Amino acid sequence: MPPLTRWFIRSSFVYLLAALAAGIVQAAPGAVRAAPVVAVWGPVYVHLLTVGWITQMIFGVAYWMFPRHSRAAPRGSPALGIAAYALLNAGLLLRVVGEPAATLRPGGPAGWLLAAAAALQWLGGAAFAINTWPRVKER
Amino acid sequence: MPRVSRWFVRAALGYLVLGFTAGAALLWNKGRPFAPGLARLLPVHVEFVLVGWTVQLVMGVATWIFPRFGVPRSAYGSAAAGWLAFALLNGGVWAAALGGAAGRPRLALAGRAAEALAALVLARNIWPRVRASGLSPM
Repeated sequence: MPPLTRWFIRSSFVYLLAALAAGIVQAAPGAVRAAPVVAVWGPVYVHLLTVGWITQMIFGVAYWMFPRHSRAAPRGSPALGIAAYALLNAGLLLRVVGEPAATLRPGGPAGWLLAAAAALQWLGGAAFAINTWPRVKER
Repeated sequence: MPRVSRWFVRAALGYLVLGFTAGAALLWNKGRPFAPGLARLLPVHVEFVLVGWTVQLVMGVATWIFPRFGVPRSAYGSAAAGWLAFALLNGGVWAAALGGAAGRPRLALAGRAAEALAALVLARNIWPRVRASGLSPM
């Protein structure tokens, strides 16, 4: 298993635990009333699971197991792989911080965090797709 | 990787980019609003990412990687069933996404039904391959 795959998979487990912990807090009686930030955690909780856990696990396993790109570069471009990891995680973490803040104070500076999170996650997804596309072949 | 798996996986990568594009536009619009009607993209984002990307990738990889020995017709099961599942899933994704975005519930319903049928066809095709390989004790 290449080091980048290990990073993807270990990070995905951290997000899984974070998402499930957020889910517990959200479902705990009285928690929503006690902390306004918890009441607006819904989209963050969903994206911790779908982007942080599922998508990141797929990225890691695909980088490891898909057919070789070539003998010289079996997993395509390592730089694109690392970029996919860094951009996806930076974008998701910005979203975790920025989305509750922007929801509680619409129009505030936290809105720029969401814009940056959107751009970073899109670039991460595009980097993965570009690097993986040539590896989708017979052998 | 068989031909039908390559189509499943390439389509999944296409939906990943399209779904992330819709999601990025929605998130940017939430932080710095620039298009008031953009919220209608939400069903497109959800359908493309959850079914077009995640479900489709799993279907393609499962068709490729599950045990193959002794399966009738071909090593990967029925090719016709694989292509039928591919067509149903992708037709369903577009119908459900566009039906949701355009406020046409019957189109969205037809899309969801096609997606469920795709899952049924693929599961039936792969079912005989879900078995012990003889290599592992568990």
